[in-house]
Amino acid sequence: MAPRDASAVTEVVRTGSLAARPVGYRQRWRHLDKSVFLWLFLIGVLLVLVINPLARLFWVSLQHVDTGALTLENYVTAYGRWRYLEALVNSLVLGLSVAVVCTLFGVPMAWAVSRTDMPGKGLVWAAILGTFIVPSYLGAVAWILLAGPNAGWLNRAYMWLTGAAAGPFNIYSMTGLVLIVAAYSFPYMFVFTRSALDMISSEMEDAASTLGAGILRTTLRVTLPLTLPAILAAIIVVFLEAIALFGAPALIALPGRFQVITTMLWQFFEFPPKVQVAAAYSMPLLAITVGLFWLQRRLTGRKGYVAMTGKGGERRPVRLGKWRWVMLGYCLFVTSLSFFLPMVVVLQAAFAKAWGRGFSLDNLTLHNVRFVLVDQPLTKAATLHTFVYGATAAAIALALALCIAYIVQRRLVPFGNALSFLAMAPFVIPGIVLAIGFYAAYTQPPLLLYGTAWILILAFATRFLPIAYANSDAAIRGINPELEDAVRILGGGRLMAIRRVVMPLLKRALAGAFILVFIPATRELSAAIFLYTTGTQVLSVLLFDKSDEGNFEILASIGLILVVITVALVMLGFRLVGRDFMLRRTSA
Amino acid sequence: MTKLTLRNVSRTFGSVVAVDDFSLALAQGEFVALLGPSGCGKTTTLRMIAGLLDPSAGTIEMDGEVISSPGSSLPPEKRGMSMIFQSYAIWPNMTVAENVAFGLQVRRVSRAETRTKVEQILDVVQMRHLRDRYPAELSGGQQQRVALARAIVVQPAVLLLDEPLSNLDANLREEMRYEIRRLHDEFHITTVYVTHDQAEAMVTSDRIAVMNQGRVEQVDEPRALYARPRTRFVAGFIGRTNFLDGEVRDGEVAFDRFAIGLEQFAEAPALSGRVSFSLRPQSIRLLRQRPPASSGSSAIPGHVVQRAYLGEHWDYVVRPADSGLQLRVTARPHEVFEVGETVWLEVDPRQMAHIQ
Repeated sequence: MAPRDASAVTEVVRTGSLAARPVGYRQRWRHLDKSVFLWLFLIGVLLVLVINPLARLFWVSLQHVDTGALTLENYVTAYGRWRYLEALVNSLVLGLSVAVVCTLFGVPMAWAVSRTDMPGKGLVWAAILGTFIVPSYLGAVAWILLAGPNAGWLNRAYMWLTGAAAGPFNIYSMTGLVLIVAAYSFPYMFVFTRSALDMISSEMEDAASTLGAGILRTTLRVTLPLTLPAILAAIIVVFLEAIALFGAPALIALPGRFQVITTMLWQFFEFPPKVQVAAAYSMPLLAITVGLFWLQRRLTGRKGYVAMTGKGGERRPVRLGKWRWVMLGYCLFVTSLSFFLPMVVVLQAAFAKAWGRGFSLDNLTLHNVRFVLVDQPLTKAATLHTFVYGATAAAIALALALCIAYIVQRRLVPFGNALSFLAMAPFVIPGIVLAIGFYAAYTQPPLLLYGTAWILILAFATRFLPIAYANSDAAIRGINPELEDAVRILGGGRLMAIRRVVMPLLKRALAGAFILVFIPATRELSAAIFLYTTGTQVLSVLLFDKSDEGNFEILASIGLILVVITVALVMLGFRLVGRDFMLRRTSA
Repeated sequence: MTKLTLRNVSRTFGSVVAVDDFSLALAQGEFVALLGPSGCGKTTTLRMIAGLLDPSAGTIEMDGEVISSPGSSLPPEKRGMSMIFQSYAIWPNMTVAENVAFGLQVRRVSRAETRTKVEQILDVVQMRHLRDRYPAELSGGQQQRVALARAIVVQPAVLLLDEPLSNLDANLREEMRYEIRRLHDEFHITTVYVTHDQAEAMVTSDRIAVMNQGRVEQVDEPRALYARPRTRFVAGFIGRTNFLDGEVRDGEVAFDRFAIGLEQFAEAPALSGRVSFSLRPQSIRLLRQRPPASSGSSAIPGHVVQRAYLGEHWDYVVRPADSGLQLRVTARPHEVFEVGETVWLEVDPRQMAHIQ
C-alpha cells in the first residue's frame, strides 16, 4: 500500500496525460455478455409464436382461394349469406343471454357467501370450485343426458310424475345452450363479485342503515353500486367466454339445427377446408374480443370507487333470519345445475352398462372406463397424448414466460414493455381464432407442423402463455436482483445465476404456474379441434368426435377421466403452492 | 502500482446526472471509501466498477486494461472482483458453506482445496460452527460475516462493499468496522467501500473520497480530510465545524467585528479578497482571562450564549463581542462556564482550513 504513489496517479488522471485507448471490435466482443444471444433467440420464439399466426390469419383472409392474389372476395363470401350472418347474430344473442343469466346466478350467491349469515357456505364454495373443474363440453354431455328430448332424466321424471306422453325439456335449443354455457361461466361472476364485496366495510352499510334504510334498501343502494365495476368486468368476461366457446355449442347447436360463430367456423373447415373464408369470418370475433377486453381493463383500472381501493375495515355478516334458508336453497339450485346433477349423471353413465336403465346394481360396470383406458388403442393413445402434450406445452410456456419476464424485469433489452404486451396478448385471442391462425401459418413450408403433435403443443403453449407469464412475472418481482449480482460478481454469469439461484428460489411458484397451465391444456378443445389429425387426438377431441355415435357411456367415461386428471392436478397444486392457488388463474 | 483507475466517469439516468466526471486511482492493496450523503452517486460508481452498470462517459481500467466504457463493458463475471451488498445477498437456498464455496466452484478449484479454503475463511470470520446452517437461521451480523467470507475467499482482484453495515445495530456496526479493517490488514485486497457514515470510513480506509451530487469533492487520508477540508461541503459533512467568512485587507483577515493577522495563517500567500474558513469546535479554547499574547494564537473576547453537557464533553455556543457570529466550542468536562459569562476564545489560525 502506498498512498503517496496513489495520489500521484490521481494527479496524472486529473491532468489526463494518460490517453484512454479507443474501444476496438475485439474488445467489444470480449466484453459482450454472451447470454444476450439466448435472450434474442427467445424473443424470436415469442415473436414467432404470437405474431406469426395472427399475421398469417390477416394475410390469408385477404388471399384468393386458388391464385393467392390479394382480394376481398373472402369477406364477401363470409358475410354474403344470410345463414352466415345469422350465426353472428346467434352468437351475440348467446353472449348477452349468458351474461344476464350469469349475473342472476352469480351476484346473489357472491353476496350470500360474502356478506350474510347463510349456512353451508363451505358447501357452496366447494360446488363452485367443482364447477370450475368440469369442462363445459362435459357439462353439455351431462345436460344431454338430463334434458335430451324424451330420454333425458328430467323429461322422464316429468312424464312419470304427470303421466304426460312427452317431457317439456329440449336441450337442443338456444335456451338449453344458454343454460349450459351460463352454468359453466357464472363462477367468474361469483369470484369477481365476491372479491369486490370482500373489500366493502360494514361501516359503509352502517352509514346507510343509521339513516333509516333497511337491509334491502342498503344492499340495493349502497353495496351493489359499489361492486358494479367488478360486475361489469365479469359480464364482459362471461360474454367473451360464451361467444368464443366451441365445445358446448357444437354439441348442442348442431343437433338443434342452428349455428353460432364458432360452429360456423368449424363448418368452413369441413373438407375441403376454406381457411381463407374462415379467416375472414373470424375477424369480428377477434375485434369484439380485443375491444371488450380493452373496455374491461378500463373499467377495473378506474379508481373512481373508493371502496375498491381501500382495505376492508370491520365486517359483520348481514342477518337474513329465515331467509337464509331460502338463500341457501337458491345457491344449491344453481350449483345443482352446474355441478351436482351433471356429476351424478356423468358418474352414472360412466359406470353403467346402458345409462337409460337407471340406477341399479346390475347396471354397474367398469367396462367403459376399462375400454377407454386399456382396451381401445385410440382412446389409450389419446389419454397419453393429453398428458404428454399438456405437460410439454406447460413446460414450453413456462420456460418462455419465465425468460421473457426475467428479460423484462431486469431490463436486459430496451423494449421490455412490448415483450410483456406480446406475452399477454394471447389472453385476448379466442382459442378458435388462434387455431385458425396456426393452421394458416403451419400447413405449408417452411414450417410444416400440421399433422405433427407440435402444432397442438405450440398452440396450447401460446394460448396459455399469459397464465405462465403473469405467474412468472409476479414470482420474479419477489427476487432481490442483488442475489443475482452476487453470482455474477463472483464469476458466475447470468445463466448460472438463473440456474443456481433464481430457479431454486422460484421452485414452488413455478410448480404452481406449471400446473395452472397444465390444467387448461389437458382439456383444451377449441384450438385442438382444428389442429389435430389422425394419430394426434387428445381426450377432449375424442370426446367431441365420439358424440356423433351417441355412445354416452364412453363419452361420460372420457369426461370423467378428464375430471379426475384435473382434480389430481388441483390437489397437487394445493399441496405445493397453497389454497389461493386456483384463484390466481382468474386474476391472471 | 495502480490497480484501478476511473477516468472522467459519468453516468446519467434519463436527464438525471448520478455521477459527474469522476476520476480516481487506487493503488494495489489500497482501501478507499466513497463517502457521501444518500443519492450522491457513490453506489452508482461502485456498480460501474463492478460492471453491473455501464458508464455514460469515461472509462474504468484495471491493471491498465479498459474494463468499462460507454456501450462496452466487461461483464461482472469476468472481472475477478467480489462485492458485498447492502442486502448481503446471501443465497437463501444454500447453506453457509455452500455460499462461501460458490466462488471457488465457479473458478474450478478442486474439491479438496475448496473444502480447506472454506474452512479457513470461516475460521477467520468465526463462523465455522455454523457452516451447515441456512441463511434464514442466521442473525444479521452472522449473515454479514458470511458475505465477507464469501467475498474474500476467492481472493478477488478488487473487493467492493456497498453500505455493508447499514442494516446492523449500532454496537455490531462498530465491531464490524474493525473486523473489516482487520481483514484488509490480513489479506491486502484492493478495496472500494461505499458508506454514508464518516466514522465507518475513517476507521476502515486509507483514503476517503467525499462525494456530493455526483462529483468528488475531495480525496484524502482521513486525518487530512478532517484537519484540512478543501470545500464547505467536506468541512460540514466530516464532523462538526464553524464557518467563518471574512475579507483580506491591510495585512489581516477581517471577520465580523474581529480580525486576525494574515501572516498567522498557514495558507497566507493564497489568500486574497473574500475568504471562508472552517474552524473545528475542538480547535477553540475557552479561557476566563485573556491569554498572554503568544506567537501563532489569537484571542477574541465573547460571551456564552448556550451550553449543553454531553458527558464526554461540553458543547458551548459563544458569541464574539458585538459580532453576529455564533461559534460552537467543545470543552472538556471540567471546563465549566455559565451562560452569559464573558470568556476569551483562543484560536490558532493555522488550524483554520481555507475552503472554497
